[in-house]
Amino acid sequence: LALLYTNLHRDCRWYSVSHLSVRERIEKKRKAALVGGGQKRIDAQHKRGKLTARERVELLLDPESFVESDMFVEHRCSDFGMEEDRNKFPGDSVVTGRGRINGRLVYVFSQDFTVFGGSLSGAHAQKICKIMDQAMTVGAPVIGLNDSGGARIQEGVESLAGYADIFLRNVMASGVVPQISLIMGPCAGGAVYSPALTDFTFMVKDTSYLFITGPDVVKSVTNEDVTQEELGGAKTHTTVSGVAHHAFENDIEALLNLREFFNFLPLSNQDPAPIRECHDPSQLKLTTCWTSFKQYVHEHTPSLYNICNNIFHFLDAKDFFEIMPNYAKNIVVGFARMNGRTVGIVGNQPKVASGCLDINSSVKGARFVRFCDAFNIPIITFVDVPGFLPGTAQEYGGIIRHGAKLLFAFAEATVPKITIITRKAYGGAYDVMSSKHLRGDVNYAWPTAEVAVMGAKGAVQIIFRGKENQAEAEAEYVDKFANPFPAAVRGFVDDIIEPATTRKKICSDLEVLASKKQVNPWKKHANIPL
Amino acid sequence: MAAHSLSPPLSRLLFTVKYVSLHSRCCAVHSKAHYSTVYNPNEKTFDKILIANRGEIACRVIKTCKKMGIQTVAVHSDVDSSAVHVKMADEAICVGPAPTNKSYLNMDAIMDAIRVTGAQAVHPGYGFLSENKEFAKRLAAEGVMFIGPDTHAIQAMGDKIESKLIAKAAKVNTIPGFDGVVKTAEDAVKIAQEIGYPVMIKASAGGGGKGMRIAWNDDETREGFRFSSQEAASSFGDDRLLIEKYIDNPRHIEIQVLADKHGNALWLNERECSIQRRNQKVVEEAPSTFLDPVTRRAMGEQAVQLAKAVQYSSAGTVEFLVDSKKNFYFLEMNTRLQVEHPITECITGLDLVEQMIRVAKGYQLQHKQEDIPINGWAIESRVYAEDPYKSFGLPSIGRLSQYQEPLNLSNVRVDSGIQEGSDISIYYDPMISKLVTYGATRNEALAKMEDALDNYVIRGVTHNIPLLREIITHPRFISGDISTNFLPEVYPDGFKGHQLEVDARRELLASAAALYIAAQLRSQKPYLCYRVSTIPVKCTHWELCVELGKGCHAMEVTKSGDVYNVEVDGGKVEVIGAFNLASPLLPLTINGSDRMLQFKVRVLSKLASELNSYMPEKVPEDTSSILRSPMPGTVVAVSIKPGDTVAEGQEICVIEAMKMQNSLTAARQAKVKSVHCKPGETVGEGDLLVELQ
Repeated sequence: LALLYTNLHRDCRWYSVSHLSVRERIEKKRKAALVGGGQKRIDAQHKRGKLTARERVELLLDPESFVESDMFVEHRCSDFGMEEDRNKFPGDSVVTGRGRINGRLVYVFSQDFTVFGGSLSGAHAQKICKIMDQAMTVGAPVIGLNDSGGARIQEGVESLAGYADIFLRNVMASGVVPQISLIMGPCAGGAVYSPALTDFTFMVKDTSYLFITGPDVVKSVTNEDVTQEELGGAKTHTTVSGVAHHAFENDIEALLNLREFFNFLPLSNQDPAPIRECHDPSQLKLTTCWTSFKQYVHEHTPSLYNICNNIFHFLDAKDFFEIMPNYAKNIVVGFARMNGRTVGIVGNQPKVASGCLDINSSVKGARFVRFCDAFNIPIITFVDVPGFLPGTAQEYGGIIRHGAKLLFAFAEATVPKITIITRKAYGGAYDVMSSKHLRGDVNYAWPTAEVAVMGAKGAVQIIFRGKENQAEAEAEYVDKFANPFPAAVRGFVDDIIEPATTRKKICSDLEVLASKKQVNPWKKHANIPL
Repeated sequence: MAAHSLSPPLSRLLFTVKYVSLHSRCCAVHSKAHYSTVYNPNEKTFDKILIANRGEIACRVIKTCKKMGIQTVAVHSDVDSSAVHVKMADEAICVGPAPTNKSYLNMDAIMDAIRVTGAQAVHPGYGFLSENKEFAKRLAAEGVMFIGPDTHAIQAMGDKIESKLIAKAAKVNTIPGFDGVVKTAEDAVKIAQEIGYPVMIKASAGGGGKGMRIAWNDDETREGFRFSSQEAASSFGDDRLLIEKYIDNPRHIEIQVLADKHGNALWLNERECSIQRRNQKVVEEAPSTFLDPVTRRAMGEQAVQLAKAVQYSSAGTVEFLVDSKKNFYFLEMNTRLQVEHPITECITGLDLVEQMIRVAKGYQLQHKQEDIPINGWAIESRVYAEDPYKSFGLPSIGRLSQYQEPLNLSNVRVDSGIQEGSDISIYYDPMISKLVTYGATRNEALAKMEDALDNYVIRGVTHNIPLLREIITHPRFISGDISTNFLPEVYPDGFKGHQLEVDARRELLASAAALYIAAQLRSQKPYLCYRVSTIPVKCTHWELCVELGKGCHAMEVTKSGDVYNVEVDGGKVEVIGAFNLASPLLPLTINGSDRMLQFKVRVLSKLASELNSYMPEKVPEDTSSILRSPMPGTVVAVSIKPGDTVAEGQEICVIEAMKMQNSLTAARQAKVKSVHCKPGETVGEGDLLVELQ
């Protein structure tokens, strides 16, 4: 692909500069850098419904806050005619620098598809590595705007080395500063692993693709017919594979939403999450949720309600940024604010598969919990879980080790952990969902809560096997266990609270827990069951 | 960006109080603000009343019962188990699953509920069993008082044909042309021809305008016959029909009557209910701008004559059609409490439910005819969960994710049976509430209604507030020049939403810009974040674009303190407001006048707006070859199968939603490719029903 662009590139912008003064040459290069691959390619980029690398940076950052670095860097390839002046572009195929989003520092790189299809040269990689290193030293997030055809084939191993340099930095920065990838065009081959290593991968619908090998290779190897969109489009990755965390309609929507998203995050693992002025007073807001909740969670009815409807009532201005809204929908995770403080919300979704935990939802939840833990974001867990999903598909797929990830993540987390058992908390899933036993700081139960090893029917069949009057036994079991008391009398929940007071309680707990300090034993790193 | 903001702290407080102690709110509003007659606690009525209804009317009845110290029993279906009326009542009994014929119309279950709870009387509300003589009989057989007229009156007035005969005999003006019990479509055509077109066809047993169809020719008569008889059978279990002369351009004015068991009867003035869509009332007022005292008295006296002719007791309504020459014709008598009774209560000061209960117990009326005043003016808007842009209102369902009634305003009464978090389901009427405002004059009441509609917050379902606001501010409505054809005449192409004048549009755009800036500034000032840039950035001047409809309006904004100066579309607007970004209401001072705004527009920076032109337009689905359900409901009939060829306008299937049958037709001639629905199936809005080739 890159070769193609080289050969097609016929609009010669300037050749010899030797007759110009240094000052003039600086000006000239700056100007050249600003137009990237030239107007024609910019027009082509626009025609595809995509913005240029610089337009994207400008939209993402506060006006006039962008400070560019390495505008004069050029690629160093001298093969295949690449050494010719017309094949050199100041800045090469990526725009890098720092800027501010709502006044808060961020480092950004934006790949420029108009220059060699955004392909990654050694110089390109070096520019990215430089800002990542700076981001690490000062402690600021890195946002990557990916739009690249892949490796610069002319450069061979230098390009591959460049990828590896970036990967290493992604890994080193992981858990130190937030890293976000926004895929705004193709991203294929080895290149996909950089977004995969970052904390969040967002995509733009219809114009972005992520895959290891494209449809042609797939066809020749497995003889499958598949389009780019089906193989690695936004829909595939947000619903089927779980590779991407969110998809947006177009470039502008994506960038503006990314700004909103950024507001939730701390700058680094040494910084607290920002606290926004809250206009939704918690002390006054006794939510009406109890009513609506009771409508669904009527005593002992298996009705399926939407947890989101209930969660929203507790949040500032019902403002919720859901992560992976269309993948593993039986668990809901996302960011919100309570009394202005950023919190991570984890909730079982009874509307989908009764809210049980399965492989995908465990992994989705675990990764989210670990992000929150790494970046000082308190975790609020709403529990309504009937257990882990049974079946051969789950067992063969390794639900044991995948479920263990969620357990591991909750247990390991040292950020403030507040848990509300709204209805069912059955079996091992009760333990997993940020229970008191896993160092939950505040664990509440609503009056509708039932903490038990299993539901009444199954339990009675085991305890009273062969007994004539199963119905009576079931009633006895329900009376004993289908309420919050067994957990409350043992101190496994701190209090049984009225749902209407939930927001008020959480807000006050968050304030207290803001100074929480908890340290795990020294280790090189834990061995999470990957 | 979505509109956020907040009412001042006071209304937030009200908001909270409202939900936490619903009961005290109701009592306070009702006993103090609306009724002039004082309840006499020494007058013993009943110990316990069962309310055989749901929603706002059940709540309305319970409120008066509480005032009178009467215990209340609510009945409810499965899905209503935590509805407001259930929570308000002292006891509640589940009478069956969601469909009305298995719950609220299930007499056996309701009789059981009466026995179990020992209720001494039953208030039926409106609809459901309120005009069911069978129910009244069964109550009588068990010695339970029916709070309403006796079976004789229900029977006499419930039958449209018999009622006219009685009316005629009682010297009440009746509609020219006449009627007959109809067996076949051809009979219907014959009757229609005898009367002369246009004619109106409806179920004899049906109340109000539901199921009413107008036919202008033989074909429409046949179609009307088919639909009406189906609806009659499904809704009332009584398939008799009524066909009568249809009066073109009429006003619908009704007289409230109140009678006791001792032969006394009063008329409590009129209600003007001409603003209707599909023969269902939308906006009502009392009194009417059209009636002079002479006509009012004549109508009132005829209404009382009729009531006396059937030994009527309790509250009832005599409906008249009034032509442009103030000739009035008896339409029908509703032997129950009407939906729109609050406006009569507002202008007369009577609590009609209290009076009904007193009368049922056998007390004489407290008032004489000359005691019945017209105090000021009252207007009622029926707030529905429906999409006003489709035939002035097609039902919409959903959950009220946010709901705030404008009770922070004075002289506002809201009768509702839902609250934030409630579901509007396909099983019942989609009415959200009855919003009533009153004032010393009509203009005062109208101005208050405008305010109240602006302050009403409903999120989660599509609602008809835009249409209501448009009606009550329309010059024709304000001048009182209305008829039952008001909506189709004023909006011949259907309601398209409010068309903003240049000034109003500027104000809206400016408010949106100011709100956007307030939100941006908040994001730029996080607490406890020492790493925000200390190098000052200029943030007093912005260039923005607001998308409104299809247009994008560029504007420049400067800000100092809470004052935003906006230059937009060649004009200047000054917006003053301290934004609360969590409130759904936006109280602002715009160019010196106070406004309450709710809106949803998209605000972009100038740069984003410029770049927006490069964004591809997402191609909408081709809809000419597919038929989607325009509303949630149940499929009643599918008239075609795959392979059939349909003509343009041919019926494809019939969807029933909220007791309305809607025929869906083919947009063009085509062959049917596939059918995705079966009779009896429940479909959601936008569900694919049929694909054409």
